[in-house]
Amino acid sequence: MNRMVTIDGNEAAATIAHLTSEVIAIYPITPASPMGEHADEWSAQGRKNLWGTVPSVIELQSEGGAAGALHGALQAGALCTTFTASQGLLLMIPNMYKIAGELTPMVLHVAARSLAAQALSIFCDHSDVMSTRGTGFAMLCSNSVQEAMDMALIAQAATLQTRVPILHFFDGFRTSHEVAKIESLDSSVVRAMISDELVQAHRARALNPEHPVLRGSSQNPDVYFQGRESVNLRYREMPAAVQGVMDRFAELTGRHYHLFDYVGAADAERVIVLMGSGAEAAHETVEHLQSNGEKVGLLKVRLYRPFDPVVLLAALPASVRRIAVLDRTKEPGADGEPLYKDVLTAVVQSYSAGQSHFAELPRIIGGRYGLSSKEFTPGMIKAVFDELKREQPKNGFTIGIRDDVSHTSLEWDPQFRAAATLATNCALFYGLGSDGTVSANKNTIKIIGEGTDLYAQGYFVYDSKKAGAITVSHLRFGKQPIRSSYLIGDNEAQFIGCHQTVFLDRYDMLDKAAPGAVFLLNSSVAGDAVWNTLPRRMQQQIIDKNIRFFVIDAYKVAHESGMQRRINTIMQTCHFAISGLLPRDEAIAAIKQAAEKTYGKKGAQIVELNFRAIDAALANLHEVVVPGKVSSVFDRPPVVAANAPQFVQDITAVMMAGNGDALPVSAIPADGTWPTGTTRWEKRNIALEIPVWDEKLCIACGKCPFVCPHTAIRSKLFDPALAATAPPTFKHMAVKGKEFPEGAHIVYQVAAEDCTGCGLCVDICPVKDKENPGRRALNMAPQAPLREQERVNFDYFLALPEFDRREVRSTVMKSAMLLQPLFEFSSACSGCGETPYLRLASQLFGDRMLVANATGCSSIYGGNLPTTPWAQDAQGRGPAWNNSLFEDNAEFGLGMRVAIDKQQEYAAELLKGLAEPIGADLVDSLLAAVQEDEAGIHEQRERVAALRERLKKIERPEARQLEALADNLVRKSVWIVGGDGWAYDIGFGGLDHVLASGRNVNILVLDTEVYSNTGGQTSKATPRGAVAKFSAGGKPTPKKDLAMIAMAYGNVYVAQVAYGAKDVQTLKAFMEAESWPGVSIIIAYSPCTAWGTDMINNHAMQDRAVRSGHWPLFRYDPRRATQHENPLQLDSKEPSIAYREFVSQETRFNMLWRSHPEAAEKFLGQAQKHALSNYQHYRQLAELSYAKPEEVKPAQAKE
Amino acid sequence: MDLRTRYLGLELKNPLVPSASPLSRSLDTAKQLEDAGAAALVMYSLFEEELRHDRDVMDAYLSNQSLGHAEATSFLPLHGDMASRQDRYLEQLQRLKQTLGIPVIASLNGVTPGGWIEYGKALQQAGADALELNVYHIAGDANVSGAEVEQRYLDVLKALRQHVTLPIAMKLSPQFSSVANMVGRLEQGGAAGVSLFNRFYQPDIDLDSLRVSSQLQLSSSAESLLAMRWIAILFGRVKLTLAATGGVHTHGDALKMLLAGADVVHLCSTLLLQGPKQLAHILQGMAEWLDDSPYESVEQLKGVLSQRHAGDASAYARANYLQLLDSYLPDAGN
Repeated sequence: MNRMVTIDGNEAAATIAHLTSEVIAIYPITPASPMGEHADEWSAQGRKNLWGTVPSVIELQSEGGAAGALHGALQAGALCTTFTASQGLLLMIPNMYKIAGELTPMVLHVAARSLAAQALSIFCDHSDVMSTRGTGFAMLCSNSVQEAMDMALIAQAATLQTRVPILHFFDGFRTSHEVAKIESLDSSVVRAMISDELVQAHRARALNPEHPVLRGSSQNPDVYFQGRESVNLRYREMPAAVQGVMDRFAELTGRHYHLFDYVGAADAERVIVLMGSGAEAAHETVEHLQSNGEKVGLLKVRLYRPFDPVVLLAALPASVRRIAVLDRTKEPGADGEPLYKDVLTAVVQSYSAGQSHFAELPRIIGGRYGLSSKEFTPGMIKAVFDELKREQPKNGFTIGIRDDVSHTSLEWDPQFRAAATLATNCALFYGLGSDGTVSANKNTIKIIGEGTDLYAQGYFVYDSKKAGAITVSHLRFGKQPIRSSYLIGDNEAQFIGCHQTVFLDRYDMLDKAAPGAVFLLNSSVAGDAVWNTLPRRMQQQIIDKNIRFFVIDAYKVAHESGMQRRINTIMQTCHFAISGLLPRDEAIAAIKQAAEKTYGKKGAQIVELNFRAIDAALANLHEVVVPGKVSSVFDRPPVVAANAPQFVQDITAVMMAGNGDALPVSAIPADGTWPTGTTRWEKRNIALEIPVWDEKLCIACGKCPFVCPHTAIRSKLFDPALAATAPPTFKHMAVKGKEFPEGAHIVYQVAAEDCTGCGLCVDICPVKDKENPGRRALNMAPQAPLREQERVNFDYFLALPEFDRREVRSTVMKSAMLLQPLFEFSSACSGCGETPYLRLASQLFGDRMLVANATGCSSIYGGNLPTTPWAQDAQGRGPAWNNSLFEDNAEFGLGMRVAIDKQQEYAAELLKGLAEPIGADLVDSLLAAVQEDEAGIHEQRERVAALRERLKKIERPEARQLEALADNLVRKSVWIVGGDGWAYDIGFGGLDHVLASGRNVNILVLDTEVYSNTGGQTSKATPRGAVAKFSAGGKPTPKKDLAMIAMAYGNVYVAQVAYGAKDVQTLKAFMEAESWPGVSIIIAYSPCTAWGTDMINNHAMQDRAVRSGHWPLFRYDPRRATQHENPLQLDSKEPSIAYREFVSQETRFNMLWRSHPEAAEKFLGQAQKHALSNYQHYRQLAELSYAKPEEVKPAQAKE
Repeated sequence: MDLRTRYLGLELKNPLVPSASPLSRSLDTAKQLEDAGAAALVMYSLFEEELRHDRDVMDAYLSNQSLGHAEATSFLPLHGDMASRQDRYLEQLQRLKQTLGIPVIASLNGVTPGGWIEYGKALQQAGADALELNVYHIAGDANVSGAEVEQRYLDVLKALRQHVTLPIAMKLSPQFSSVANMVGRLEQGGAAGVSLFNRFYQPDIDLDSLRVSSQLQLSSSAESLLAMRWIAILFGRVKLTLAATGGVHTHGDALKMLLAGADVVHLCSTLLLQGPKQLAHILQGMAEWLDDSPYESVEQLKGVLSQRHAGDASAYARANYLQLLDSYLPDAGN
């Protein structure tokens, strides 16, 4: 008997993969990472495969590495698998050719995702999968969570039988992350599907010195061609073999799949062909249209390679006249996408051969849909069917966008829905990422899915921001399996939960509400007074749609029941109580049972708290009496300020408002080029509390702007005369010191609307009020009452002139912090440990900086639209930024340097050639310019400006060339930025090459000691004993010493820094690194949310890392060696606290004592020893003599 | 020489019982204590705050890892066999019971009669021979009266009694208006013993950082005299068993406690400083002293110099204070 489970597509596929594999080689990539994480966790827990042994899971340094390891493991006779997506799949392609070429059975599970082209996207389309068509892998597609499990097994059985490896794919996020109620495959079914005989045959083909063979030979023109053709029969026979496996599967489970499954009218005239989750939406739409008498059908492609045209045609009714083939991919320049061309070829080939069962050649059109998870709804599907009715239907169409450039798009009715989806109960929840809304909703789906006969579906729309992220949960419940593979649309939701009042004037939530829906709001405003906290439009919608309005003060209930700020169980309880999904008492009993199941093993206390919160939620839930008229005095404020640039008004603001889907093609830059400095227009107001400056206590040390992860507290020096026009609450103070001009005033101003409230500025403030030692020069206070006042103050602050860069003493903190930051208000996590380094670099070098940014957190908070924190100064200068890939970033940055150097060289040659018309004086000074400081750079810019003036008057082609290159005469600072996943793992080969290049680049490694962006997987920077994904049992090996590797080159500037432990050392390192005319690398300790510890402890964590010896601070400056000084300077003292003290304060370490206490103690012992010996090693290196040879006394000759 | 004694209804081979300390965290050191002659072992304490913190951490770990970003719906692996502190404590208790032949007394430390008390039941089920309840309460709230503070102790004891049938020892601080009265009420409330006295680790001020610091200060012999006085006063006036704790470093310190009326003597700082073997030295010293003494058993020794039996009853009372102060002379040269 198969049991019903509620899981997502990744877990469904991984379950079978783990059960049928021995070796699993993994590497994280969104949205496939959870498959590897499940496999690793299950193996760490000792879960066994079909043969009773625990699969070996190994993480590699890249997908390329994973594919190589798999190839090796397969050759050694193991049953292997891996999981990937997008760029990761591309990195596997070379090995895929090998694995298929050698007829090696394996299944590769792919959560299909867009490829990075004009921009990266983590969302779904088939462009990755389609790039592997030539590899020789078979391709099998799953359209739903149920199919992800079923096809995973069918693929495993089929690959063993046919020896052709199979790429099993399903749609990233839509299927990989959709939680659905499905029938789980019992291990007896799996057992019956997998033939041990075929497994033995695979083993028998393994490389084995007992009976050796050679594979992977090098073939010549004489035999290679024949060799490629030698496999044809296998591919020809494979579709039938796969169908045989599907038939066997049907006997065991009752679910009968076919290579091509047809749905719809037996006499259909119009048919859509497609694969992936969109086929589910098409399925329900076709059934709906058919029931309305339309002669339409749908062909779902399951086995895409090897492609069997005969079976495909046989699946289509002979009545078909028109076919639309939909591809979820884009091949620029092609005259159609792959599936379209395959179907077209199949139909035409058969027709021209006289073998077609169609009366006449059907009209076939192709179109694109759903790129990067663009919605694909019944309205769009109907639009395609409608298009097929037209006399001259559009070929090469698009559906789901408005293409006002090449006019490919079809119009559709967004309100059109199929009967099946209208029969479901839809609920929407707007929550903060951190308030547990998603986990509560997953729990709800489990309760309903596993406790009732209802089917359930959950899909979660996440944010591209990290701090203050918003999640929207889309839940559907129904009596039939749910095929609605799209979001809940307007007027559809019977229930809408708003878990935070700040969303009220930010989202048009009630657009989604169905007539008579229930709206639940978490608000601290008591009773019926809450009505006037709603915007006017929302009030009108409540009246018009006859919506029932409930309110609960969930934070109060949470606090009073001991749940602190955890409101998820409370909101979930209210949903159950008023949604009518289940009888109330039954629903409440089910939630309690679920809490007991989830937390029971972890402590009766948590269960009891949850019970208390559930009861209190019911007692505090109130229905608001809805007045008959709108009475609010406000509506949604404008998204951006009126003075925002036109582009921001027209495009960025639309995206910010969540209406980016409505932007036409013409609005989007074709080459992926976007303006910088746009976060400043996105006022997110996410801080509950902000710092308030007490100028009477401040000592102007500059530490607060230095540590601020969001550039939300800044300093400026100005002439007090300017303050005459200041707003009344604008604070400033006289400041003295040799760094500052006489009589100057300084201000530390908070950007109240941009602050995330992390509190780190208050934490670092060294000042204590003598009368009240708990008080500092910065103190947190509620944001709301200060918002308006500080908005005005910050605007005034911005309008004050910037301090002249030439006057700044960059090595002195308080002076350096006067430099304008050109990295501001990023969407990084509140309290992020990375961003202060980037902001610092932008202050020091931003006006001449090119940034090559590896994919990862920094590329997401740096470049995830709609806005970017990389900004410009008043002259329009600022960092120029690009993200190439994850694996190539060092080379990408090196390329920038080589180009700049070459263009500088060419510009110099042109200058010399044009010396006469330009004037020898200017040419000589341009060529001889010393640009070692701000003044030197400033002067060179003035010379270049003069040069441009003179060039205008010179009518020679060389002058035009020089005009295009003249900017290169000003010093450029190339920064290669990325995380440890890039630098230590996937990009290390390239990084090493760049280290060896000797070129003038600066490498900044933001070392969070895990892959932060993809959810905390182990990297080679992860310390021994840390728990991370892929190291569920603690990482057994030590962290790689990247600094030591870099120092080995001798001519690389190397610094290891931790800004929260020793700020001035960080500042010095940045200045020295940039001034070194060769390669520099700064390895920057960056505490991260992924460590599981509250980021308010950021500085303390850095301090303990340094004091325990985990993170020694040092600088290695090759210039010192030339002056006969030791290049290595150790900047931190001998370890002064026990390593235990360091690890015991961080969740990533101390969790191991709960799961593997003995291993935890062992790793601690080893790490303690290493920390001490490592420090000694560095100290010995720092103490070596670099004195001139003559200063060294020759050893006395032995008598 | 008969060193046997009874404490909390347990028959002990001698009166030396290591009190709650990290030494019971390792089976090795626990075994060494037994080998050195320990008659029973009080396990390290399971703190109420620790349990509460543990609960919060676990809750955050289990259900609140997400930031809401699409690429990272969690950050740390959810291991199925994640043991809570309570789990680990119970496991260690079971291991100690399996490894040692002597009774093991589990120790709970907390101040509110909340849900944590229920853990007592699990401790009983896991095989604890008795429970020590340490109410480490700093009565810093000026709105709370002494009577209310006392009631808190009784409430916590009552709550625990509802969950366990094991004998319970209350570990008390000396800061009661009437220690003897308090002990009597605890006896009525069902306590099988009291342990006198709990030491409050005192905060300090760091002059460099201007922060309040806290650090562990081990006891000295001088501190033992406070417990000795109160045991001497209580002996014979209450029926529950008496344990002396705090500042016992030598066999002399231990013997004084017995003479004052203690049933057992707890050892901690001296074992942390000198190692588990120190217990054997103290035991040997006691045996040798007893050999040279007129007493044949510990039972005979108990309470010989209690207030009830001491020739000069005022020695334990206020009158003695005046004499002592008057008799104090500075050392020569001061």
